[in-house]
Amino acid sequence: MSQQPKRITAPFDETTARSLRAGDSVLVSGTIIAARDAAHKRLVETLAAGQALPVDLKGAVVYYVGPSPAKPGQPIGSAGPTTSGRMDAYTPTLIEQGLKGMIGKGYRKPEVIEAMKKYGVPYLAAVGGAAALIARSIKKYTVLAYEELGPEAVAAMEVTDFPAIVVIDSDGNDYYAQGQAPYKEI
Amino acid sequence: MREIASTVITKAVAELAIKANCILPADVYGSLKKALGTEPSAVGKDVLGQLLQNADIAKNETMPICQDTGLAVIFAEVGQDARITGGAFEDAVNEGVRRGYVDGYLRKSAVEEPLFERKNTKDNTPAIIHTRIVPGDSLRLRLAPKGAGSENKGILKMLVPADGIEGVKQAVLEAVKAAGPNACPPMVVGVGIGGNMEIACLCAKRACARDIDSKNHDPRYAAFEEELLALVNKTGIGPAGLGGKTTSIKVNVEWYPTHIASLPVAVNINCHAARHAEIIL
Repeated sequence: MSQQPKRITAPFDETTARSLRAGDSVLVSGTIIAARDAAHKRLVETLAAGQALPVDLKGAVVYYVGPSPAKPGQPIGSAGPTTSGRMDAYTPTLIEQGLKGMIGKGYRKPEVIEAMKKYGVPYLAAVGGAAALIARSIKKYTVLAYEELGPEAVAAMEVTDFPAIVVIDSDGNDYYAQGQAPYKEI
Repeated sequence: MREIASTVITKAVAELAIKANCILPADVYGSLKKALGTEPSAVGKDVLGQLLQNADIAKNETMPICQDTGLAVIFAEVGQDARITGGAFEDAVNEGVRRGYVDGYLRKSAVEEPLFERKNTKDNTPAIIHTRIVPGDSLRLRLAPKGAGSENKGILKMLVPADGIEGVKQAVLEAVKAAGPNACPPMVVGVGIGGNMEIACLCAKRACARDIDSKNHDPRYAAFEEELLALVNKTGIGPAGLGGKTTSIKVNVEWYPTHIASLPVAVNINCHAARHAEIIL
């Protein structure tokens, strides 16, 4: 964030996904997929039942978010990241389905990091609580599935210069640990 | 006996819900601004700058500071010489939450039961209401929306007297470390000490919702608040967990008399948007 941010496009191709390094500040443009707790549960249950997913995950970048309602004339309400760890139980399965990037906030479990390394998937953080600011980079919000889940529906978000920082890269380097180390006294 | 109409309560709660969610309290804003001047980490400074910018946008456009507009936690102090007319007090409060969250474009995050269906109630009710009967004839309502990112990181430890001050410090440190970036630091940490199991938790919640430019009325506990703040800011977690010295902007402590054999301690963590709004009717 203190450096000049990299501009990248979502969905991610193999080169983009693997080029991102822990600590990189990025601006994401393109289409990202909003999904959180209840949607993740349903997606994984759908797969377990041998059915097709309602959304194509090949190269997809998922954003863990449950936005506040849009006011008339606006694409979306406030839309900051939610805690990623709650999705950990479902994440390796979605990575196996082609998921190529994740945006959220907070720590991930070792099994998620293992899956990220195996399939070349980076994990990005947006600033938790900067929800009104982040909303400015979201130009369009279209529900794709599970509309009845309200703020938890799966949706496509068209974004321009969505600000994020790479916290865990596809080699498992962890910027939370790296960034905190110089200031850690206890 | 003074009469307070339930419709007045409903209107006040609706307004508090919108205000608390869209306008960062001046004490919190000031504290983040101060941290921007003292935080040594460049990334940390960047995060603090974004949080201030976010608060400005939210205020100017009446948008939620955070999309997680929480469960509506309400502390009510009802004067014993006041009489509420025209309906039940809790119904009036819940109607206010319903209107505030629907009319104010706030997110509805309440599910009607926790384990089986988890169906969204679609109007953010019911509120979490803590009522105290106090002297006087007025009604004080404080609404503190609480999101789950930070709420999920709360802890309760039933310590024993021998654990003492050191035990409390370790409990606070443990909670803050486990919360890390998940709780959206810089955090406001609410610590409840004493009472019994539920009172310790309630003290922690009250501490979390207290103004951050306030101090515990007991100078020993006020000094302990300072000591705990310095302690948690040594963790290096920093703004957004990306490293730095501003892990917390305030530790508030509330306490209650306790049993000779007990030393309960509860830690309730709030994110940097320590939202609260208050009115006296």
